[in-house]
Amino acid sequence: MDTFDWTSIPGALPILADGMLITLEITATAMLVGILWGTVLALARLSGNRPLAWLAAAYVNLFRAVPLVMVILWFYLIVPTLLQRWLGVSQSSDIRMISALVAFALFESAYYAEIIRAGVQSVPKGQVDAAFALGMPYPLTMRLVVLPQAFRNMLPLLLTQAIILFQDTSLVYVIGLADFFGAAYKVGDRDGRLVELLLFAGAVYFILCFGASLLVRQLQKKYST
Amino acid sequence: MSMIQIENVSKWYGDFQVLTDCGTHVNAGEVVVVCGPSGSGKSTLIRCVNGLEAIQQGRIVVNGTALAEPTTNLSKLRAQVGMVFQNFELFPHMSVTDNLTIAQVKVLGRSTEEALARGLTMLDRVGLKAQATKFPGALSGGQQQRVAIARALAMDPICMLFDEPTSALDPEMVNEVLDVMVELATEGMTMMCVTHEMGFARKVADRVIFMDHGRIVEDASKDDFFGTPRAERAQLFLSKILQH
Ligand SMILES: Nc1ncnc2c1ncn2[C@@H]1O[C@H](COP(=O)(O)OP(=O)(O)OP(=O)(O)O)[C@@H](O)[C@H]1O
Ligand SMILES: [Mg+2]
Repeated sequence: MDTFDWTSIPGALPILADGMLITLEITATAMLVGILWGTVLALARLSGNRPLAWLAAAYVNLFRAVPLVMVILWFYLIVPTLLQRWLGVSQSSDIRMISALVAFALFESAYYAEIIRAGVQSVPKGQVDAAFALGMPYPLTMRLVVLPQAFRNMLPLLLTQAIILFQDTSLVYVIGLADFFGAAYKVGDRDGRLVELLLFAGAVYFILCFGASLLVRQLQKKYST
Repeated sequence: MSMIQIENVSKWYGDFQVLTDCGTHVNAGEVVVVCGPSGSGKSTLIRCVNGLEAIQQGRIVVNGTALAEPTTNLSKLRAQVGMVFQNFELFPHMSVTDNLTIAQVKVLGRSTEEALARGLTMLDRVGLKAQATKFPGALSGGQQQRVAIARALAMDPICMLFDEPTSALDPEMVNEVLDVMVELATEGMTMMCVTHEMGFARKVADRVIFMDHGRIVEDASKDDFFGTPRAERAQLFLSKILQH
């Protein structure tokens, strides 16, 4: 391989764009569900309720102790059966996407739960006292006083986790789903230009992720002053 | 009838007994100052009054409602009892106005307009009307504490609890806060104040309580307390504090 040949890239852009769409869809879904479910897990873990806290801790520790690739595969094997049995959904290519979304959302929740738990603990206890003293019940105290401050404190960490997640979506290749990385691989394999396509894909990942991390740093500076 | 009734209250943190058989009361319109050395349980006692801390023995009754009764809605009771903290505890992510109105709207169910009007009246009362749109971080300590007092007053409390409201302030800001408290006291607010500001106590207190090692060792009228404190520890404490 003496020279690079980039000519297959322009023609591949629509396929790559489709792949990027899948990547973004998985990232956004996992973030959204991850933050919501992660908040529930974090609050459960911090609650005085022993069994509840134990269950949440078990969930978090389980998912954090297992490689993401395996989780994706598990859910690929489990979810279609469940969907078929419960909802009568027929086996189609969309099932891969659904199982990937479920896997990522549940997996990321475990990581977000830990970030959010730390965020909640970063809010001084006196704030809770003040909210209680004003007559706010626990749920209102969390919603109006603790969580807004917690999320502001942990915004950089949440976004950093999102960047990692964005990169990790490439693992869906194990179930044959063509995200951005998968699409690049497919085109490169088809045209015999694997090196070029993977270099190109790598450059895109680098630009997006590095750009995003610069943004996070800006944000950190803004909030630390 | 007492506004605040504290009967035989004991409390433990694990094996450590913080409060031992504490009993006292605050009548409606009365100002009671609680003092004592660091670690004697003053904060713990006052935090028990609105249920921020649970007690293991004894009984606390506020305005006829016993805190420990299973039927007591603690949040509802707290909404009627104002509390001011050593570190102000304004909500830093909200403007002064939102700090003043949020509990009125979300807890008392007042309309936004009503809450705003009430909040601004109280803000004016502590002399800070011009700061309404600012965030707490932009205010001095003394200003923050006055906003915190206004926030509590905006709930139209039946009594107020203060836990060392001036001890986190720079000396030059202590008086602006004490002035607000003195005014409140002269207007007849029922107040229980943990403070070492003996000038404040002399001026407005009806009674002074002295605590030591989790016990109330002196509970006397102001004149008796400053004239002839019976407990030795109180005498020692007073002589130390009044030297400054
Ligand atoms: N959550 C807690 N767990 C264990 N011990 C505690 C806790 N809170 C307070 N204590 C202990 O209880 C005792 C009384 O504390 P408290 O804060 O009521 O004292 P205080 O009289 O308000 O003191 P200060 O003047 O320093 O504010 C102290 O010895 C303190 O270390
Ligand atoms: Mg204290």
